[in-house]
Amino acid sequence: MEMQQFYYDNKIVKKFIYATILWGVVGMLVGLLLAFMFLFPNLTDGISWLSFGRLRPLHTNAVIFAFVGNAIFAGVYYSSQRLLKARMFSDFLSNFNFWGWQLIIVGAALTLPLGFTTSKEYAELEWPFDIAIALVWVAFGWNLIGTILKRRQRHLYVALWFYIATFVTVAVLHIFNSLELPVAALKSYSVYAGVQDALVQWWYGHNAVAFFLTTPFLGLMYYFVPKAANRPVYSYRLSIVHFWSLIFIYIWAGPHHLLYSALPEWAQHLGVAFSVMLIAPSWGGMINGLLTLRGAWDKVRTDPVLKFMVVAITGYGMATFEGPMLSLKNVNAIAHFTDWVIAHVHVGALAWNGFLAFGMIYYLIPKLFKTRLFSVGLANLHFWIGTLGIVLYALPMYVAGFTQASMWKQFNPDGTLVYGNFLETVSEIIPMYWMRAIGGTLYITGMLVLVYNIVMTISRADSKVEDELAEAPALSRVTGKRTASEGWHTWLERKPVLLTIYATIAILIGGIVQIIPTLVVESNIPTISSVKPYTPLELEGRDIYIREGCVGCHSQMIRPFRSEVERYDLTNDKQYSKAGEYVYDHPFLWGSKRTGPDLHRLGGKYSDNWHFNHMYDPQSTSSGSIMPSYRWLIRNELDKSMTEKKMEAMVTLGVPYTDEEIANAQSSMLAQGTQIEKNLYSDPDFATSYEADKAASGADFVEMKNREIVALIAYLQRLGTDIKKSDLDNQTAQN
Amino acid sequence: METIAGIEIYPLISLVIFFSFFVALFYWVVTAKKEYITKVSNLPLDNNNQNDSIL
Repeated sequence: MEMQQFYYDNKIVKKFIYATILWGVVGMLVGLLLAFMFLFPNLTDGISWLSFGRLRPLHTNAVIFAFVGNAIFAGVYYSSQRLLKARMFSDFLSNFNFWGWQLIIVGAALTLPLGFTTSKEYAELEWPFDIAIALVWVAFGWNLIGTILKRRQRHLYVALWFYIATFVTVAVLHIFNSLELPVAALKSYSVYAGVQDALVQWWYGHNAVAFFLTTPFLGLMYYFVPKAANRPVYSYRLSIVHFWSLIFIYIWAGPHHLLYSALPEWAQHLGVAFSVMLIAPSWGGMINGLLTLRGAWDKVRTDPVLKFMVVAITGYGMATFEGPMLSLKNVNAIAHFTDWVIAHVHVGALAWNGFLAFGMIYYLIPKLFKTRLFSVGLANLHFWIGTLGIVLYALPMYVAGFTQASMWKQFNPDGTLVYGNFLETVSEIIPMYWMRAIGGTLYITGMLVLVYNIVMTISRADSKVEDELAEAPALSRVTGKRTASEGWHTWLERKPVLLTIYATIAILIGGIVQIIPTLVVESNIPTISSVKPYTPLELEGRDIYIREGCVGCHSQMIRPFRSEVERYDLTNDKQYSKAGEYVYDHPFLWGSKRTGPDLHRLGGKYSDNWHFNHMYDPQSTSSGSIMPSYRWLIRNELDKSMTEKKMEAMVTLGVPYTDEEIANAQSSMLAQGTQIEKNLYSDPDFATSYEADKAASGADFVEMKNREIVALIAYLQRLGTDIKKSDLDNQTAQN
Repeated sequence: METIAGIEIYPLISLVIFFSFFVALFYWVVTAKKEYITKVSNLPLDNNNQNDSIL
């Protein structure tokens, strides 16, 4: 058999590792800054682009797509070439993948702090980036599948199936969740509204966890753990079951993010059932990873690479045990909206993704540079402070989550809430936020130790990273049909295209069954006749709410619990949130975390002046509040140039604005703004300082009725005011 | 699909899809040949032309 010679592309792997390290440091530093903002809310006082709401999506995106994303590419590019005995299909596509991805990250780092966001979690980037992501992702998939097609290894190792499933599923999720109508270069509205938007978003959000943070990393685990331990995976049969059952079941679990919400019950139950089932494949995979080290545990004592991997797999096991538990409705009732969920995701991110990436980096860098690691001692130090950091991060957040949930739900014998003031439940967990910040500091210190260790290793290496010569015989052609000696799966594994198609079918079934009925069955979303579209000024106010990332800390979803309607609906109606209230919400703003109180019934609760003062200095109206000041809203002039265009876009999406309403948008905004300005004058302090400011300014003075704060107040005062109990009674009578 | 009528068929279809999916999966796995499993599970390891045992 003739041997063919070829070179593995090591340089692309090196680039992705450098990017992983760089963005890892950036993403974690932003996270640390956010952790300290819980303790010092006005740490970045008055700087809009460093405010909590705008930095939170930067942190999540940087960690998920920049740090973990680059680690995925590094690992996939390294392992695929070796598993397929072929250089990557195209150097151009490899580099397009690399530079395109970095450009998108830089774009995200610029636009998210500037407030350009769709507000949909982990999909915050605006539409031009969505298109760019799709292009780069296709380049990655094309390169991967191209390499598979020109391989010199007949059978596809299980890691490659995970990579294929990752490519296919992320593409499907990204495209469907990013369907949006652009109104400007960096502004768009989701084509889905309310409940439907929520369902599609969490189908995406949950599976971003599944197919971006889990399946590619499982592929990496199946390659790098056997490599580092120098022994084959514990059970290859188990890995086959693991793969198919994981991708088949995972895709259904999204609705567990929306339990007790306005999502139809059947969809919630489907999500719960599949989430519980998910523990089987997840733990199958974890056990397979850990048992790969059977007979090699002595190596774990000495080799930091294996130490990192063992903690990573353990973290995966913990997070995937916790996930199904959190999906049970009674547990979710406690955990949802609290810091418990923050603990959960950080066990996944810090232990599973972080530590597996670190293990991979410590394994790859010496190999690529043909040298030894500068200091095993420092790698061990990193391991220990990183592990301690994870523990110190996660444990306080569990305590904080339980504490907050218990306080939210505590009643006096007379039926009133014991902690009626939300702030009491916040002050109580500040010590936990301190411990979390310390845990985070430890973890990032470990990361910096890694940076030093890697820099020293590279600077001491004699050789540069070179493409590596390898040789293997070309594959001879065999029949496309199954041969007599082949099993079914054996045959499928040498048919990559067919395997890809089956994987796609496996993930599409769940999506189709869940999403399509909610989108098309009208009776799933009962309309409420008194719910009207937002006025032009409220619509602009809503866009400011989106821009400032208010949704990062405030939910707009009152669950049907007595403790929630009692706390959040101060009218006598005591209404929880109904699906029909969100029909004009493009995008939905239900939120996933209550660092502050729910806002869905905020309208009419406070005066316009209260909101004005609260935005200017939250601590003045709410002592001990950890909300930052939003004083730029009070200074900035409201941009009304796009209003008509925004309303027209809404009409396209099904919001019933009339032509007349659109034509009168400017006068309507002025009238509503003038009324709010008039209301603000009822506070003598406001009147004095505003008049003084007016007198001191020149001709370019912007009147209060034309400033951003007025639009935001208009929106906040509107929230939840559409429905009254009587309306609902009528509605029920009609049905 | 406009109404909820006839929805009973959905859980039935789901159950059938599920059951057959896992039956087929376990059939594949159980019928896989020993030598093949050994061969494939060793794929990551037969690239030992680099300096292993670093660290």
